Amino acid sequence: MTAEIRTSDGELLSVKLKKVERRRRTTAFLLAAPLLFFIVFAYVIPIFQMLGRSIDNAEMNSFLTETHEVMQTWDGSEMPGEDVTSTFYYELKTAVENKYHGKIATRLNYEKGGFTSLIKKTSRKLKNFDENDNFLDQFIDVHKKWGNIEYWQALKRGTDAYHFRKYLTTFDYEQKFDGSIERIPEKLRINVTLWLRTIFVAVGVTFCCFILAYPISHLLSVLPTRYSNLLMICVLLPFWTSLLVRTSSWMVLLQKQGVLNDTLVSLGFVADESRLELMYNMTGTFIAMTQILLPFMVLPLYSVMKTISPSLMRAATSMGATPFHAFRKIYFPLTYAGISAGSILVFVLAIGYYITPALVGGAKGILISNRIAYHMQQSLDWSLATAMATVLLIAVLVVYWLYNKIVGIDNMRLG
Amino acid sequence: MNSKKSDFVKFEQVDKSYDGKELVVKGLDLDIAEGEFLTLLGPSGSGKTTTLMMLAGFETPTNGEIYFDGRPINNIPPHKRGIGMVFQNYALFPHLSVYENLAFPLKVRKVDKSEIEERINKTLKMVSLTGFENRMPAQLSGGQQQRVAVARALVFDPKLVLMDEPLGALDKNLRESMQYELKHIHESLGVTVVYVTHDQGEALTMSNRIAVFNDGKVQQLSGPNELYETPVNSFVASFIGENNTFTGTVKEIASGSAKIETDSGETIVANPIAVSSSGEKSRISLRPERVSIDPNEQLENKFTSEIREIIYHGDHTRVRVNLLGNDDFILKVPNASSDLKLNVGDKLDLGWSSHDCRALDY
Repeated sequence: MTAEIRTSDGELLSVKLKKVERRRRTTAFLLAAPLLFFIVFAYVIPIFQMLGRSIDNAEMNSFLTETHEVMQTWDGSEMPGEDVTSTFYYELKTAVENKYHGKIATRLNYEKGGFTSLIKKTSRKLKNFDENDNFLDQFIDVHKKWGNIEYWQALKRGTDAYHFRKYLTTFDYEQKFDGSIERIPEKLRINVTLWLRTIFVAVGVTFCCFILAYPISHLLSVLPTRYSNLLMICVLLPFWTSLLVRTSSWMVLLQKQGVLNDTLVSLGFVADESRLELMYNMTGTFIAMTQILLPFMVLPLYSVMKTISPSLMRAATSMGATPFHAFRKIYFPLTYAGISAGSILVFVLAIGYYITPALVGGAKGILISNRIAYHMQQSLDWSLATAMATVLLIAVLVVYWLYNKIVGIDNMRLG
Repeated sequence: MNSKKSDFVKFEQVDKSYDGKELVVKGLDLDIAEGEFLTLLGPSGSGKTTTLMMLAGFETPTNGEIYFDGRPINNIPPHKRGIGMVFQNYALFPHLSVYENLAFPLKVRKVDKSEIEERINKTLKMVSLTGFENRMPAQLSGGQQQRVAVARALVFDPKLVLMDEPLGALDKNLRESMQYELKHIHESLGVTVVYVTHDQGEALTMSNRIAVFNDGKVQQLSGPNELYETPVNSFVASFIGENNTFTGTVKEIASGSAKIETDSGETIVANPIAVSSSGEKSRISLRPERVSIDPNEQLENKFTSEIREIIYHGDHTRVRVNLLGNDDFILKVPNASSDLKLNVGDKLDLGWSSHDCRALDY
């Protein structure tokens, strides 16, 4: 048993130590606090609120609460009874009076096409309803679609407080009204193609960056400081230029009547009528993204290579290894940390890249991020957009987790 | 011993320049005998490391030829020379264990597995690191890393091992014990060692011969005691060991003795080494331990000095005195003779033999 150790003023050593440590921790926390609050309130909370929209349908649920409750007892195998139709009639009437029936129409239209016109027409005719007559018949009289049971099934599903159907859409699946999950018709499948293309581009760009960055980083690490500084500025210069400017510059260079094609034609490598298609396809996305993301590969590689003593290669050759063997067995393994750090940075940035593919990608070169933007800005299906964004975020987090497991996040250095 | 070559390694008129303006190594002629421990000693920038790097093959001579075991090696790349090397910062492969580090040169040579293991065990035993096979270099102390580096340079039985200031990063005590250890390894293996250092103590302890470098040239090439006792010029005299100097002009010269008038006007009888005629300027060199205090015997040189500073050094006391206008004349007084009472400002009679006092180049 160890005796209790006390400090010279009689306090228990462990207690005293905790006190001192606590003061230090408090100081550290206070220093970080402003940034922490900023990040939590301006970044983390809004993101989670936004991501919540991918499953959240509470607003719709609040518009038609009673209808939804009554419909729970309806099994959907045959047309709904009067209890359902009458509740729906009264709630729709309230909606028309308070002018939110438009929102209901839009939301239900995501569940089943044709709902917009259906709700609008019904709303207009609502004042002609005889509240003592059969509601279902009157609905069908207003619009024959009400006779189709799928619209009632869509109504039931569309008023759930939350649902995960957007995640199915993200991968080109849909849930039928009978609950079965099926792939959507081949003509409509676009998301899976985009996911695969995004992963392909991200992996490809990462690889291209690696191939281009490795030799230049090595050169940077062995050159005398005054030359390496100059070269470093050349590498970093694009970094300090606006992303939009750089992408636009690539458009100037790559377009059909652009600098690159003009040069090739005037040198006679390419005939004037068969100018290369370098833009509005994958080639453009690849070239521009590789150039833009290159510094993110160079910096970690450089910082790791800088720490590798040149005497290691000398030692290896003095022991009889050919320069290539020495590189493969000694130098290359020592740069793993830089390669993995650079790769994860480039990959994570590339997988969510938006501006460059939007500008130079055309229809064949757009990525999943462009699709998310489309749903945010054009189709206004925010639930789908956020479902896709959530999948993207989870994918990135998984990559980080794997990186941390295999390499350790502490090994990431940026110079 | 007879079958051993005296020109196992031969530098023939080797020049080296990095910038085309200045020669780092100037017309170097140097023979290294088989089995010898030769040290290249000199201040930084004297060309000693460049010489070593040319021998290892990491630098190419600008002019001249280097022979190794009778073959010219200027055009042989380092990995085909079969020369072991120990680097200043050890250059252990940080991602490989001690065992893998040592196995590297053997695997390159396609030695089979059982022999690799046998040789590694033998070599680790030699540097007393048995049991450390699976450690990573970062888990070893500086001294242990150093041993691994030595073991790795020896494990493939090279005929020549180069060492570039291998003990520079160790603390004083460890450095001294490693010096003896390296010396013993050299003696037991009979391998030829070329060793670069700027630490004269290290050079004197370990070497068979020492080549003192300055300004791209070998100033003196001789055994340790010769180098200390009979330096041939004032650079060597001042670089090796402690040294008191006077400058003056030769007045009279005969074989084995010269009368030199110092700048302060006194005459010193000295041993003419690098002076040949009267009227020449000369720098006189005198080791502190060759000066007698209160001399009884007949000595050619006897003068009175005044004590300026007394510095206690444990085993001896250093006394700085003013003698013949030289304010930095140093005496070493062994602390055994504690009966000697020294005080700053006291007068002290000093004397030395003309033989110990060497008249060198100015």
